[in-house]
Amino acid sequence: MPRFESVDHLTEYRRQLKARLDPNQLQVLVCAGPGCLPLGSEELAQAFQEALAEKGLDGKVALKATGCHGLCAHGVRVLIRPREIAYERVTLADVPEIVEATLVNGQPVERLMQRDPTSGALCPCKADLPFYQAQQPLVLRKLDLIDPESLDDYLAVGGYRTLRKVLFKMTPDDVIDAVEQSGLRGRGGAGFLTGRKWRICREAEGDVRFIISNGDEGDPGAFMDRAVMEGDPHSVIEGMIVGGYAIGARQGYIYVRHEYPLAVKRLRLAIEQAREAGFLGANILRSGFNFDIKIAQGSGAFVCGEETALISSIEGHIGEPQPRPPYPAQAGLFGLPTIINNVETWANIPEIINMGPQWYAAMGTENSKGTKVFSLVGSVNHTGLVEVPMGTTLRQIIYDLGGGIPDGRPFKAVQTGGPSGGCIPAQFLDLPVDYDSLQQVGSIMGSGGMIVMDDTSCMVDVSRYFIGFLYDESCGKCTPCREGLKQLKHFYEEITQGRGEEAHLDLMEELCQAMAGASICGLGQSAVNPVLSTLKYFRHEYEAHIRDKKCPALVCRPLLTYTVDPETCTGCLACVRECPVAAISGKKKEAQEIDQELCIKCGLCFESCQFDAVRRE
Amino acid sequence: MDETRIAQILSRYEGDPADLIPVLQDIQDEYNHLPKDELKVVSRRLNLPLTQVFGVATFYKMFSLLPKGKHQVKVCLGTTCHLKGGPRLVDSVSSRIGCELGYTSKDGQFSLETVGCLGSCAQAPVMMIGDKYFARVTVDKVPKVLKPYQK
Ligand SMILES: Cc1cc2nc3c(=O)[nH]c(=O)nc-3n(C[C@H](O)[C@H](O)[C@H](O)COP(=O)(O)O)c2cc1C
Repeated sequence: MPRFESVDHLTEYRRQLKARLDPNQLQVLVCAGPGCLPLGSEELAQAFQEALAEKGLDGKVALKATGCHGLCAHGVRVLIRPREIAYERVTLADVPEIVEATLVNGQPVERLMQRDPTSGALCPCKADLPFYQAQQPLVLRKLDLIDPESLDDYLAVGGYRTLRKVLFKMTPDDVIDAVEQSGLRGRGGAGFLTGRKWRICREAEGDVRFIISNGDEGDPGAFMDRAVMEGDPHSVIEGMIVGGYAIGARQGYIYVRHEYPLAVKRLRLAIEQAREAGFLGANILRSGFNFDIKIAQGSGAFVCGEETALISSIEGHIGEPQPRPPYPAQAGLFGLPTIINNVETWANIPEIINMGPQWYAAMGTENSKGTKVFSLVGSVNHTGLVEVPMGTTLRQIIYDLGGGIPDGRPFKAVQTGGPSGGCIPAQFLDLPVDYDSLQQVGSIMGSGGMIVMDDTSCMVDVSRYFIGFLYDESCGKCTPCREGLKQLKHFYEEITQGRGEEAHLDLMEELCQAMAGASICGLGQSAVNPVLSTLKYFRHEYEAHIRDKKCPALVCRPLLTYTVDPETCTGCLACVRECPVAAISGKKKEAQEIDQELCIKCGLCFESCQFDAVRRE
Repeated sequence: MDETRIAQILSRYEGDPADLIPVLQDIQDEYNHLPKDELKVVSRRLNLPLTQVFGVATFYKMFSLLPKGKHQVKVCLGTTCHLKGGPRLVDSVSSRIGCELGYTSKDGQFSLETVGCLGSCAQAPVMMIGDKYFARVTVDKVPKVLKPYQK
């Protein structure tokens, strides 16, 4: 990779790069995104490489391990370009057949082709699947096109074109105007107008300013930022350089949680490549603008996703949030004006500048522009990453894209916004999703996690889970959050262990009001959302736990009873081996019995029984 | 204490107070924990009070003052994993490796922790051993997953 000394140099290089590309070249794109990786993408790519070499195809067929292809449920996904043949659930054993049939003889392998799970129809090409048809990918667009470790790949799809435009054709104010006109709102949670934040920072006093990309992605159930950092790191970097130019910063930081080692590796590599090519460092493309990026790694604290805590953490302190104002845009890192935006926000920037703010603002709703990436997980057929225009309804996302609930079970709720969000019941399925509408029904957009729940989820347990999570993660600095969460946790323990009282519910609501009003940061302020939303929409479930001492969804352990059905039990002793307290007894090949006194209701017997002989009530 | 080993880590940094967390991360990665004597060196070299060094070392979950196991097992308790049986997975792994949650097994082979979310929600329940991910680990799959790591 040369160091680009001028715009013409870059243009010429890109021209040559494109001229070398053969549009008819066969490409094998193996998904190595967050969903497919645990299913063995790396081993699969390796097997393809060996099989291609064996057939003498290694020079002719391009093999790439790419970012997320979106449909995690059917991983590992493999895409064959240029015909766009999409294979799903590919395993090592399928590699020789794909190579022989598709790559050598040009024939598709029907049994591996993607199918629409609703109709069962074959969907030979990627775009034939309704899952992809309803999407409008902007942030995710390049994920299944490029090798995330190749700068050439990024340049070939137009990468760093925006940087050129910004440095040589736009003033910093032009850039801020464009971002403001696009209507882009922050994708990290609160949805603050990005352009406005940039302007505040540009107007703040002082010569030294900073840019931060927030890649802490602490919300359980969200993995869009991970997918972007791992699958298209240069987009984040390019967005940050543009931001640096707009506000006059020379140094940027990307804060990545340490649970994402691959994201750290990819970003490090991309930063090195960008430096080598002259997109980062001194006098970028000879424009006179200097900017560089460092990586700061998180150390395992959810609260460090909060902007002021994150800044404390980069400074070398414990991650305690600070009261705002002053906002980081006025006094942030080392007390200096700092723009902090979420990874997905940054990844939107190059395309907004490139295509123009009007193009962007034409998508979405009145007050929420553009597209949003959601991680669609839980009880839904097509778990994965989806990107749709703001204003798409929950029903479209869950049923049209998501293919509905598995096993024909009824939909119960969708949880959005992570621990700061709420549970939305079926009556709001036709709600167009944007920042404001979600807030109106007691939830939030958050970072875009969408967890679908069916009748096997207990809403008291879900809320108890979030409160437990937040109790563990509260930094302990302010009393309303620290003590409030402790009390809420206590109430949930009482209720889920059969000691709840109806008076608890009123106390919980009162406590929530105090926490929402008096906590220092968003952690405590919005911790009340899971509680209030479930109390509002699923109060009957709380009442069943309290009045009848029953968990209707059969989740809350202490309220369950496990028994063995003597008719079905084969006496295989699998449950006996699993039981941690030796509560199960009986002879081999005869029906077993569970001692209710000893049973701790862990459910391991239920899970380990291959014959459905353990009953749970 | 091996003076050269810690000096080597510190030599990668300029000695700013803001280097504290990256330095501790390097020590944690190389030593598998944060030994007390090394923390004292860090405090002197970065010119930070020992209370701040210990404050940071005990605030963040990634750091451990006691040695972690050779194989670090992380069971995901993100929302989806919670719904799909993550808590039962923790119990099962814990009893099979003979190690309580948050501790290291007596033979030093395993340590067990839970994490907020590993970001592979589509394959819930998920766990990690070292850098390797395991997908859809229902309780009955635990023995097979652990086997290669057990001597
Ligand atoms: C407890 C807490 C956790 C947060 N975690 C994250 C996070 O993981 N990622 C993120 O981008 N923003 C997170 N935020 C929001 C940030 O404080 C901040 O608003 C955001 O990074 C600003 O970027 P944006 O305007 O692009 O959304 C969190 C906020 C709170 C209160």
